[in-house]
Amino acid sequence: MSEFIKSTKESNQIIIIETDGYLNNEGGEAISAICYDKMKSGQNKFLINMAATKVVNSIGVSILIEIIEKLQEVDGKIGYFNLAPIVSKTFNIMGLTKYSTVFATEEEAVSGL
Amino acid sequence: MKQPSVELKLPIIPNMELIATQTADVIARHMHLTEDQAGEISMALIEACINAFEHSKAENNVFIHFLIEEDSLVVKVIDQGIGFDKTKVEIPKIENKIGKDERKRGWGLQLIQELMDSVEFESNSEGTTVTMKKNINK
Repeated sequence: MSEFIKSTKESNQIIIIETDGYLNNEGGEAISAICYDKMKSGQNKFLINMAATKVVNSIGVSILIEIIEKLQEVDGKIGYFNLAPIVSKTFNIMGLTKYSTVFATEEEAVSGL
Repeated sequence: MKQPSVELKLPIIPNMELIATQTADVIARHMHLTEDQAGEISMALIEACINAFEHSKAENNVFIHFLIEEDSLVVKVIDQGIGFDKTKVEIPKIENKIGKDERKRGWGLQLIQELMDSVEFESNSEGTTVTMKKNINK
């Protein structure tokens, strides 16, 4: 597993991926590898815990757009929680919040996705 | 008195933009910028560096100049690449990317312009200088 992925777990049929470090192209691909692998076995709900990801770039975030697109094909959803303010602002500027959801906490995310 | 400045020379190596953001964080603390302002400067700087690394086809280094002014921070990202025509860069919209063949990337200039207070591009066949300014809220 990539060092960028700190942990993965399942709660209420949602896969929760905890990241650690810079969300660049490699980080984005590490997230997408898990999502696409889980989608093969029928999972279609994902949450990303970004508490330890304070820095992102648009290439890494673009890979999240690719995941959103793939999830639309299987009526799936993705959301994020514990975002740093600049990460949240970046997601807004790039429009991710039109197609996926930012939550404040894990509890809110698991119940709200 | 001349305003203080900081200059960096970055080799074109993956993730080297993080060196620039670490420097920006130190300068932001020196200038007593807010956490939001510091984050916005770092994000804009990352995108400007990535553009210089990936799109300029520059073979040498990318230069970052931080100019600490009384009421603003000016950041210049300078490459010696092939240049680009800003008028030919389309404004990205997620609606045009989701569910379509369009590539998902191409957000750098949009982010830089949204996050900074002013942005200027000077570009020709010998290189590009992106000049980004963040005003200090007093």
